[in-house]
Amino acid sequence: MNSKLKHYIDLIIVLTHKEMKIRYKSSFLGYIWSVAHPLAFALVFYIAFKVIMRINMEDYTLFLIAGLFPWQWFSNSVNTSAGIFLANASIIKKLNFPRNIVPLAMVLQDMIHFVFTIPVIIIFLFVYNKTPSLSWLYGIPILLSIQLLIVYGTSLMVSSLNLFFRDLERLVAILVTLLFYFTPIIYSETMIPEKFRYLIYLNPVAPLIISWRSVFLSGTLNLFFLIISTLYALSVFFLGYGIYKKLSWRFAEVL
Amino acid sequence: MKDPVIIFEKVSKSYPLYHNLMGIKRFLFSFTKSLRAFKNSRFEALRDISFEVYRGETFGIIGRNGAGKSTILGLIAGVLKPTQGKVLVRGRIASLLELGGGFHWELTGRENIMLNGILLGLTREEVRKKMDAIIEFSELGEFIDQPIRVYSSGMLARLGFSVVAHLDPEILLVDEILTVGDINFQRKCLEKMLNFKKNGTTIVFVSHSMEDIKRLCDRVMWIENHNIKMIGEPEEVVSNYIKFVNS
Repeated sequence: MNSKLKHYIDLIIVLTHKEMKIRYKSSFLGYIWSVAHPLAFALVFYIAFKVIMRINMEDYTLFLIAGLFPWQWFSNSVNTSAGIFLANASIIKKLNFPRNIVPLAMVLQDMIHFVFTIPVIIIFLFVYNKTPSLSWLYGIPILLSIQLLIVYGTSLMVSSLNLFFRDLERLVAILVTLLFYFTPIIYSETMIPEKFRYLIYLNPVAPLIISWRSVFLSGTLNLFFLIISTLYALSVFFLGYGIYKKLSWRFAEVL
Repeated sequence: MKDPVIIFEKVSKSYPLYHNLMGIKRFLFSFTKSLRAFKNSRFEALRDISFEVYRGETFGIIGRNGAGKSTILGLIAGVLKPTQGKVLVRGRIASLLELGGGFHWELTGRENIMLNGILLGLTREEVRKKMDAIIEFSELGEFIDQPIRVYSSGMLARLGFSVVAHLDPEILLVDEILTVGDINFQRKCLEKMLNFKKNGTTIVFVSHSMEDIKRLCDRVMWIENHNIKMIGEPEEVVSNYIKFVNS
């Protein structure tokens, strides 16, 4: 193997490993805390919509979790990405290594964490008398790749631009929150009034989250949603990478 | 025979002052004004400088704060691009990082050696092979498996220097390092630097310590006001510099 490529891969492994070590520092407790966050959200939404507002949906807890867990990956990575180059200023100013590895390692760590939380989803499936489907074997890897592209592309974009516009961080936090409510996570896409339903196609993460949920709950994948998310994934990735490429040689100037 | 490994050819470097973009809010709401302010403000760090560093020599750079010394190191390391002119560098570069740079506080000394080594351009296999030698050189003993947040600044410096000491660079960039750590370790660092020198490594050394500059360097460049004031024998350049600063 080419030695430059080998070093590149080693960089990714060591940096991702480092992120994981920091996250799971206190081993099992670190894991519990990271799962506790989306579960707490699920509890809050359950009380608000099922108990108080009496939404008419079966297995609402399971429904929430199947959407919240992948969403958590997206929102964690994107929110963290804003400050990630600033946090690594000292090495970026002195060392000439591919800077995109820094957000990539962070995104991969969040992805691995998401994979670690899938057993929690399985437990909830059993609680509701359902079982994992064989289609997970190809469904999960496909959706993981699509989401990796979307999250990595968005993170590259946000992390690069935030160096030049330092208040972008705040705007991103607001946009991510808005996007959460515009994505069918706490409601299903069929509950959206028919005349507005086409709007979910304008949301790059909506078809993805819908696909995750349908794989987890019924083991099915809608080809149409899959194609749309793939197209979004590719465009977001190339846009993010383009912005990064254009700006990266100036990083050391701004820091 | 003089074989130049670093060549600066009429290099100028100026930075836009990015804070004039004034954040995304101002940028979006008063776009033209913000852009104009941005375009008209540049900070000139280096103006039309040319010099060469030859293979195997130790090249010192002195000058007052803000004169442009760190910009020169950044250009050599390739993290900055010149605005005008050309920078040519031949050979594998390693930089000595500032105290704690490229480390993570929550990781142990051993884990940080891996992290630092990878960032400095080694592969995992290479770091693993050198691990024991690095740990021994650092004299950190049992602390090596403690998170580095419990380290003193002297211990941090030792860890950082130990990693660099085990690299095999062709060009080594040093930005003020020998001032931390106890006398013993400082001496060890100095020995290691002389060792690098003996093995033919080209060293570019930025320092405010005229003692270290005179002791280590073969030639010295004095940067004043973003320009080269003088290049030559260490004794001569240093004594002129001291006279200039004190007058």
